[in-house]
Order: sequence, then C-alpha cells, then structure tokens
Amino acid sequence: MKKFGKVGAVLVTLGALSAVALAGGPVDQQLVIDGEIEMITRTEAPDGHPLDEVISGWHYRTGETRALEADTFENPGMLFVEQGEAAWNKIEGTEGKSCASCHGDASESMAGIGAQYPKWDADSGKPINVELQINKCRTENMGAEPLPFDKGGQKELTAYIKHQSLGTPVSIDLDAGDMQSWWKKGEEVYYTRTGQLNLSCASCHEQNNGNYIRADHLSQGNINGFPTYRLKQGALVSVHNRFRGCIRDTRAEFPAAFSDELMALEVYVTWRGSGLSVETPGVRQ
Amino acid sequence: MIGRRILTASLACAATFSVAFASGTVAPDKVEIVDGALELSLTGTPGDPVEGRKTFANRKLGNCLACHAISDQKEQLFHGEVGPELDGVADRWSEAELRAIVVNSKELFSEETVMPGFYSLDVGVNVRKDLIGKTILTAQQVEDIVAYLTTIKE
Ligand code: HEC
Ligand code: HEC
Repeated sequence: MKKFGKVGAVLVTLGALSAVALAGGPVDQQLVIDGEIEMITRTEAPDGHPLDEVISGWHYRTGETRALEADTFENPGMLFVEQGEAAWNKIEGTEGKSCASCHGDASESMAGIGAQYPKWDADSGKPINVELQINKCRTENMGAEPLPFDKGGQKELTAYIKHQSLGTPVSIDLDAGDMQSWWKKGEEVYYTRTGQLNLSCASCHEQNNGNYIRADHLSQGNINGFPTYRLKQGALVSVHNRFRGCIRDTRAEFPAAFSDELMALEVYVTWRGSGLSVETPGVRQ
Repeated sequence: MIGRRILTASLACAATFSVAFASGTVAPDKVEIVDGALELSLTGTPGDPVEGRKTFANRKLGNCLACHAISDQKEQLFHGEVGPELDGVADRWSEAELRAIVVNSKELFSEETVMPGFYSLDVGVNVRKDLIGKTILTAQQVEDIVAYLTTIKE
C-alpha cells in the first residue's frame, strides 16, 4: 500500500542545478498514513483567507521526509508520543491523580479534541492552547506544579493529546468569548515586519511559499503537524518554539512563550490552516 | 550636485558617528538615494570585487544567495529563488543604481519588497538589542558587493 511518487527526486538534484530557478512549489502527492488514514493536506481556504488554497508543510519536504510521516512505525516522533502516553498515566501532585484519573482512555476522551485548540478560556479571559490546558489541569485538579515551557514532558504530552486527533480537520471556534479580537491581534503580529532583516511571517510564508530560501523550501507555515519532529534537531519542536525561531531569524528579540503576542499568533496561524488534518507528530527537516 | 550633498553629509556626520562608523564614511542615516541611484562611493575606497563575491555568499554577511541565484557562484550548493536571478544584473542596472539597491532597495522597488536594506536603519520592530543602530553590512562591504555586481554581465 505504501507507494510514493518519484517527485522527491526532483528536489534531490537541487545542488547540481544551482543557478537554474526551480519554482519548486508543493509536491503533488497524497498523504495516507499507514495506508489507512487519508489525510487532508490541501484544502480550500476559509473565507477571508489571503490565499486560495491551504497546504500542509508536508508537501514542501523531500520524498524521504514525507515517507517517514506516512508510516507511524517509521515516524521518529512516535517515540515521543509514547513517552507522552506514559506521562498521561503518571500520577503527580498532592491529589494523587494522573490525566487518566479524570479522562480515562485518551483514544476516546481526547479524540478530535486537539483539532479545536486554541480555545476560549472563560476563567482567564484568554485563549488557551493544549500546553496551557495541561497546566490548568495540573494546578487546578492534580495539585501539581505547571510544566515550564518545553520541559518536563510538555511537548510529549501535548503531542500525545494532539495525536488522538490524527486526520481530524483543524477547526477552531472564533465565535467563543473574545476570540475575534485575539484573531485580529494575531493577524497584526503576522504582518508586522521585525528585526534587522525587516521581514514578517507573510514575507516568507505568504509571498514566498513554494520558493527556496537558500537550502530551505518555504511552506505556508501551518501548524497542523505540531509538536513536530525535526530531523535537524532530532527532537520534537513546539509551536511557540518554532514561532520564536522564525522571529529570531529576522534578527529580532522574540516574545516569551505563551505571551499574549504568541497566543494571538497561535490563534491566527491555526485559523490559517483551517481544514487541514492534524498530523501530529509531523516530520520536517 | 548629488555628490556634493552626500560629501557634505559625510563630513558633518563624521563627528557624531565617529564611534560606530569610520570617518570619511557616509553614515546610514545620511545616505540620500536620489532618483533611485547613489552616485558616490560610501567610503571613497574602491570596492574589491573578490571580497564582494565572498560577502555575497557568506551566510553571516550578505547571504544574498538566500534569495538570489547567480551562475557565477555555481560552486555554492544552494541558491534561493525569493528574488530574481542576478545573471547579467550589471546590464540592467548602473553602478549607482546597484549601490542604491544594496543600501536600501525599498527606495527603488517599494516598501513592500522583502529584500532587506543592507546599509539602512529603516528596519523592522524589536531589533535584537545588540544590533540596534547597526547595519547588516559595513559601508566597505557594500562597496565590495557593488564592485562584484558590476562584473556580472552577460
Ligand atoms: C526569513 C524567512 C522566514 C520568516 C520571516 C518566518 N519564517 Fe517560518 N519558516 C521559515 C523556514 C525556512 C521554515 C522551514 C521550512 C518551512 O516549513 O516552511 C519555516 C517554518 C515555519 C513553520 C513550520 C511549518 C511546518 O510545516 O512544520 C511554521 C509554523 C512557521 N515557520 C511559522 C512562522 C511564523 C508564524 C512567522 C512569523 C512570526 C514566521 N514563520 C516567519 C522561514 C521564515
Ligand atoms: C530576503 C530576500 C532577499 C535578500 C536576502 C536579498 N535580496 Fe535582492 N531582491 C530580493 C527581491 C524580492 C528582489 C526583487 C525586488 C522586488 O520586486 O521586490 C530583489 C532585487 C535585487 C536586485 C535587482 C535585480 C534585478 O535584476 O532587477 C539586485 C541587484 C539585488 N536584489 C541584489 C541583492 C544583493 C547584492 C543582496 C545581498 C547583499 C540581496 N539582493 C539580498 C530579495 C532579496
């Protein structure tokens, strides 16, 4: 069942072509995970979207990288998802509870849930993402410390929860609470040029997706595969870490993880990828 | 006329910017691009095309290859395609125009261009603290790149 086109080979010859313009663009192929789960990796953009079609970052990676994601056994990110499963069942805090104590079997209780985050959180009067929801459960229900950014199994547990939505289209509720104004603020962040290089997210991911920027093939910068396994780092990368990395690359100071600025950006960028299947853990270079 | 204005500016700023920018060099906020061109050298020292070729490719300096392909640098593995190919660029632009493009391309193309200004303080928000008030390239590095670009003819 695992049949992959030869399209990837075109990209491999890049070095030899050198000055010849490539106009790479997204690869035309379908992602079917384990020969079973048909993933939506290209879809019509939602109303008001600046692009006509929303495309997963998977289409911009090499044939080998794409193949890794198509097979859960070979996907190196799955090792961390398994660690996330252990964290799900681990009792922590003064209440003697684990996530499983309240939510039971994640494959049932968490099915499709990850596709709906960020969500409006009436208690804090802000949007909340999976990482912050985990921390909310830890402090309010488990009597445990919140996990620090990217530490203590946060990426693994987030990936485990999102993986329960594998294949489910991303769909967030922008009518809830004050989500509209967070979306608006996120849009502003997206188009703000930062740093000495004076670039915005849109400079690279809206105006230039499909183009090479030196050795990197620019995608639309969607986050349906997060936390993503990055081959370069040999580790999972969280959404806010990726945002911060891209902002840093413009030679700018970057905002703190879970700051209002990055939460707004997460709301907005999630919306830009509406309708794409959750791919967690995606595999990228 | 144009040259004179820039020269005066460079002398005036030598005092104010003596720490950050060598004297005799036009400071970035004193550069005046007129009609899409910058006639006078930023430093008065002729650019070195061999150095310019290196600065063009160097990821920490020009990193021009991130966005532009150029046949003259075939030995480099990766060439970007965000901007146009630069083969024959000196047939399309004069030296003064090339200098203006590298200094601050927004003056020639549009505010919307994604090409950074390499000798400009017209930058994005929240610039990394250690880079505030600094340009991507020095005036001499710009001159070197311009000298290199003027050799790129078809
Ligand atoms: C200087 C160019 C540049 C800028 C500016 C930039 N990025 Fe990126 N970004 C990249 C490159 C290169 C990659 C790796 C290739 C890819 O997936 O597009 C990347 C990857 C990503 C990814 C991972 C996509 C995936 O499929 O895993 C996300 C998400 C992302 N960027 C979001 C953003 C956001 C949000 C901003 C603005 C805050 C931003 N980027 C600004 C160059 C940039
Ligand atoms: C982040 C992307 C980017 C980088 C880095 C970059 N450029 Fe550009 N450059 C562009 C774009 C885009 C254009 C086309 C202008 C436009 O339409 O906005 C351009 C146009 C040009 C042109 C005019 C080309 C023509 O044929 O009309 C020259 C010359 C040029 N760049 C030189 C350079 C040099 C030299 C460097 C490095 C010091 C450099 N560029 C770095 C994006 C870039």
